[in-house]
Amino acid sequence: MDTKRCVFVGVGGQGNLLASRLLGEAALAAGIPAVVSEIHGMAQRGGVVESAVLMGDVTSPIVSNGEADVLVGFEPLETLRTIGKCSRESLVITNLQPLPPFTVSVGQGTYPPVDEMMDLISGKVSRVIALRGNDLAEEAGNPLSLNMVMLGALIGSGALAVTADGMKETISTSTKKAFLDSNLKAFDLGMKSAG
Amino acid sequence: MHKLLTDSPGKEMLLLGNEAIARGALEAGLSFATCYPGTPSSEIPEQFFRISQETDLYFEYSTNEKVALEVGAGAAACGLRTMVTMKHVGLNVAADPLMTLAYVGVKGGMVIVNADDPFMFSSQNEQDNRFYARLSGLPMLEPTSTQEMKDMTIAAFELSEELELPVILRTTTRLNHVRGAVKLGELKPIRTKGEFQKNPFHFVTVPAVSRNLHKLLLEKYGKAAARSEGWPENRITGDGKWGIVANGVSVNYARDAIRELGIEDKVRFMQVGMSWPLPRDRITGFLKGVDKVLVVEELEPVMETDIKAIAQENGITIPIRGKGVGGFSKLYEYDPGMVRKAVADYFGMEYKGRAPVDLSDLPQLPGRPPNLCAGCPHRATYYAVKKAYGPDAIHPTDIGCYTLGLLPPISMADYLICMGSSVSSSCGFSRASDQKVVSFIGDSTFFHSGITGLIDAVHNNHKFTLVVLDNGTTAMTGHQPHPGVNAEAMGIERTRLSIEEVVRGCGVKDVHLVKPFKVNKTIEAIQASKDYDGVSVVISEELCPLFARATGQMRKTKPFRVNYDKCKNHRDCINYLACPAMYLQEEKVVIDKNLCIGCAVCAQVCPENAILPVKD
Repeated sequence: MDTKRCVFVGVGGQGNLLASRLLGEAALAAGIPAVVSEIHGMAQRGGVVESAVLMGDVTSPIVSNGEADVLVGFEPLETLRTIGKCSRESLVITNLQPLPPFTVSVGQGTYPPVDEMMDLISGKVSRVIALRGNDLAEEAGNPLSLNMVMLGALIGSGALAVTADGMKETISTSTKKAFLDSNLKAFDLGMKSAG
Repeated sequence: MHKLLTDSPGKEMLLLGNEAIARGALEAGLSFATCYPGTPSSEIPEQFFRISQETDLYFEYSTNEKVALEVGAGAAACGLRTMVTMKHVGLNVAADPLMTLAYVGVKGGMVIVNADDPFMFSSQNEQDNRFYARLSGLPMLEPTSTQEMKDMTIAAFELSEELELPVILRTTTRLNHVRGAVKLGELKPIRTKGEFQKNPFHFVTVPAVSRNLHKLLLEKYGKAAARSEGWPENRITGDGKWGIVANGVSVNYARDAIRELGIEDKVRFMQVGMSWPLPRDRITGFLKGVDKVLVVEELEPVMETDIKAIAQENGITIPIRGKGVGGFSKLYEYDPGMVRKAVADYFGMEYKGRAPVDLSDLPQLPGRPPNLCAGCPHRATYYAVKKAYGPDAIHPTDIGCYTLGLLPPISMADYLICMGSSVSSSCGFSRASDQKVVSFIGDSTFFHSGITGLIDAVHNNHKFTLVVLDNGTTAMTGHQPHPGVNAEAMGIERTRLSIEEVVRGCGVKDVHLVKPFKVNKTIEAIQASKDYDGVSVVISEELCPLFARATGQMRKTKPFRVNYDKCKNHRDCINYLACPAMYLQEEKVVIDKNLCIGCAVCAQVCPENAILPVKD
């Protein structure tokens, strides 16, 4: 069985832990062995949150530098910071809309221009899918559905064996009913922008 | 119903490692559980806390790990199956009862879950607690996957009852926080009561008794060693000449490396699942069949040292290496690429991994350290203390969210070694220097281990100010209750202790209660503590906003905005407070009204009164 290693990176509150858990559940439901690893602790305090989903013939729960098949970045600065997980062959899926850290607010650093960061990323890996994820989440009717947008783009990229139907089934059974419509809409918008 | 109470044997679920341990305990008939929370173990008791509200399971958040283990010891002595969970440094706190509980033993099975934290994702050190098995003589099991976390928990209870000894289940962060498929088994009924059979000449550890008990422990240890020889997870696979031995999460890295390098036919692999006592005969047999051995273990060279000793005793002279091969060191975590490369290097294979992209042209990226939340009361207390004491006071601090006060612009953390050290180290600082000392401790940490230090401070006439940051919960680890919690708001039946009464009961005469969102009054109270000749305690009371929101205790307030007609861009707000609800846009401070909780601290800090509530 093909081995696929996906790294998710985002900022506390963006919901990347839920995204990686849902992908793991969808893989399991499709009969694809999967392990998901998360680092908890500081997630609610505005720090960087990284998780990984490894599928197929692999039981190690983490991804070494250079070994990610896909990097899904929920915030452009964090995508760039985590680019060392990628090799020349990797696919990068990234949100383009910044969430500047407070160090920038208090003048301890400057936020690099997004187009410069995107040029750097594009020059390093084989394929990049970039989208205005927060706008798409708004369009779906729920600003908190960014994680569904990113999942949609990931499935839409065709990089994984998990199907759109399978992923939507998991979203339907494992997310809050009140947000189901906007979650599915956000997922579709993400899929479309990856196609 | 809690998902871990799902009664469908054979069903597969994606569970977090910590959930798998909790499920295993329930399948083993767990009746009694205690803990002090600590990352990466906290999600185990979190399940028990919720399950105890739906079933007869007894669960408590104990005051600290020593207390948790002793409460558990009493229950296990009555015959109940008992689990006690903690992080690795928590076992230091519980080490005193651990060592002698090993002598006394247990009647009901007792499993102590110990979660190590290589790389220190959320800990002050990365000590290797496999040494505690060796120090105490207690058996230790080390799972490698979520399924094994469940299965070994059940096996640990059975082994514990068979040997009448507590069994330590050791995990590391990567296992606690991995999600994987787990096949459910049958749930066992919960026993609510056992019975204690008196036997003081066994249970009361005076020297004459303990001399016998140590002998008894060694006998049990012998039985455990025999069980280790046949332990199913002390598993040898393959019959090649290259020996590889691994434990815990590294078993995955080693197995993946063997497969990815295509060397299955060259390797003999040994997983050590029961890591103490080691299966010495089985290891000897393993060593006799191979030409050289690589030991894959994070942190200390514990197995490596023992395996070398076993080889020496058996006259085996093959090379046995671990630390120093490839990137293997005592530091931090291992990872799959590192292990693959070390295996290839050690056995002389050509190997080229996927090269990471070049990072040399990356600009300096602004950091994103974790920050106190918008509206966090700690920020307000720090501001007031700095106003009252200036920048020169020494600030011993403690373990909790408020340790983030280390970072600029707050920069008010000067010394920290462990839970409770803020108070006791202040005694030393104030006696050994002429500098002012203002230390910080959270409410949960105060109950955990601040009280004994405070008694020392009063009794020995030390002179400093202790600020208790009372946000009403154990915030850092996920809002667990503590002895001072508003139990009613959490919907639980517990007796609430008053920190003020405890402080006064410890003999402190100069006690100030402040509400940190009232900035000037807080500064005044802290000023007053400055001139007191003795120990002052300031209790700064304001709920953690995340906890308040989760428990329906949040006051309705309007968010704030900047009035740019008045703002003269001093930026005191952003420079002194660095609240994450504030950011700069075109050189002006803006408040994000979705993040602002309306604490109004910035409005009181602004010299121009330019920060006002948002208009309707």
